[in-house]
Order: sequence, then structure tokens, then C-alpha cells
Amino acid sequence: MNALLLAVDVPPISHVTIWGSGPLGFNKTAAIYIFAAIATMVIFYFGTRRKDQVVPAGLLQNTAESAVGFVRNQIIMQTMGTDGLKYLPYLTALFFFIFFSNITEILPFVQFPANARFGMPLVLALVTWVVYHVVGIAKQGPGHYLKNSTVPPGVPIAILPLVVIIEFVSWLIVRPFSLMVRLFANMLAGHLILVTFASLCAALWAAKVTVVILPFSFALLVAMTGFEILVSFLQAFIFTILTAVYIDSSMHPSH
Amino acid sequence: MALLHLLLAQAAADPTKGLTAIGRGIVYGGAAIGPGIGIGLVVGNAITAMARQPESAGTVRTTMFLGIAFTEALALFGFVLAFIISG
Repeated sequence: MNALLLAVDVPPISHVTIWGSGPLGFNKTAAIYIFAAIATMVIFYFGTRRKDQVVPAGLLQNTAESAVGFVRNQIIMQTMGTDGLKYLPYLTALFFFIFFSNITEILPFVQFPANARFGMPLVLALVTWVVYHVVGIAKQGPGHYLKNSTVPPGVPIAILPLVVIIEFVSWLIVRPFSLMVRLFANMLAGHLILVTFASLCAALWAAKVTVVILPFSFALLVAMTGFEILVSFLQAFIFTILTAVYIDSSMHPSH
Repeated sequence: MALLHLLLAQAAADPTKGLTAIGRGIVYGGAAIGPGIGIGLVVGNAITAMARQPESAGTVRTTMFLGIAFTEALALFGFVLAFIISG
């Protein structure tokens, strides 16, 4: 009987989404990104189909319109003003893609934020980097853009070389790098906290004598899950609003 | 007591793992001091601003989140570095 059970060796469910390794491998992280992309596209495609009606009707259309209104009012109008409205599609897609790939951290049976691996945050930060440099060069010309970005106004001549070096490194390297690290590290830290408390609860339950401590660690696990919902939304919001601020600094130089 | 002797003997023979753990702790601990103070300053001033002029609370709140993100990034650099340190 035991041999028969061993013959039916069922691999864990996550093996369904591990298929190859190396650059062309497919695993759970990639599956979550595909889900996030499809969810974003579905919401905004099916939510805007009835363009002929003046009054929006239906749950999906109202949700999609509030979502676009949120990005427009809270992100673009706060940072860029009206000439930033042409970036509304990019910022909406960025916000919802990051939000859907973060929120899988608390969804049952998935429980992994895909941004806890630094592949996609690096790609998103590089896309933002390319966008704000291209906008700056197109609006101001290369020489003026470099000068306006690296020399802040009202700096005494004595410390100007040091400030220029610091501003240049910040403008070229630190901005995309910090975008990537902020998103990646927040998601990784939250995931590690949830995993630690969940395995602590499981271990307290397995060693029967410590089961009295279990309610406290379970309560903290529930509270941290709620906190991770806030962090998922907030990290998507911060990434998007920082992208908007960087594009604004390229469009409207301060001098 | 025997376990303690065993751990100390292993640490004396090959201190790499112990020193790596100490290093990681110092890296993250040191990295968390500045942003802790900084975020406290940002949020405190934001609360003062919201109390002085309640109708600007929305704008102040948005700018507060932006300031928190900038300062928290420095603590997260230290957190990531603590994981990168190998030994």
C-alpha cells in the first residue's frame, strides 16, 4: 500500500507554473505579470466600449472612469498640470499594472507579489528613465536640458562643482535605481513578513504545547495582511507619481 | 550548556557566518536611523500644515506621501544591501 502511494507522487501546485529555466523559462512570477497585464487591459477595454452614451452606466464603466479620474486628478493635475495630460494613458497603465501585480500578495493560493523579484521593477524604471530623458531632450534640446537638470538655481559659485556632480549622478543613475529599489524592497519585505508570521503560526500549531501563543501571532498576521493591501496600493501610487514628477521636471525646468 | 559550547566552538573555528550576520544587522540598523528621523519630520510638518489650513489637506497629504517615499528609499537601500552581503 505504501509503495502504491509513493508511486502517485503529486508535485506541489507551483510546479504547474515552472516550465524551463534561464531567460526563456516561465514560472509563477511571469504568470502573475501576465495576469496583471490582462486584468489592466480587460478593465480599460471593456470599460470604455460604450462611448456613444453621455451618461456612463454599468459597474465596469464607472469603475474604469473613476480609475482614470483618480490618476488624472490626484497624479497628473497635482504634479504636471494640463500639459501633462498626454501622459495619462502611460501613467494609468503603469499604475494599474503595478497595482495588480502587487495585490496578488494577499490573494489566497497565489500570495506572491510579482514585484518581489527585481526583474520587472528594473524594466519599469528603465522605461520611465527613457521617457523622461526623451521628453527633456525633445523639449529643451540636449545642451539646455543637461544644464537645467544639473545646475539648480541660486547656488553659490564656490560649491557649484560639488553640487553639479551630485545632481548629475542623481539625475542619471539614482532616480531610476531608487524607483526600482523602492518598489522591489517594499514588496520583498512585506512578503517576507507575511511568510515569517504564517510559518510561525504553523509551527506554533504543530508543536501542540505552544498553541496558547497562536491567537496573538495570528492576529498580527491578519493585521499585516491588511497593511500589505495599503502598501501594495501605495507603492503603485508612489511609482506613478514619481514618474509624473520626473517627467514634469523634464518638461518645466526650474530656472 | 553543551549547545552553547558547541556554538562557540563552531564560531571560533569558522567565524564567517557569525560575522556575516553581525555585518548584515549593522548595515540595516545603521540604514534605518536616518529615514526614521526623516519620515518623522516630514509627517510632523505635514500634520502641522494640515492643522493650520484644513482645506489644503489633500495637497499636503499627497506631498507627504511623496516625501515619505523619497526618505524611505534610503532605508530600503540598506535592507537590500543586507541581503546582498554574502558570506
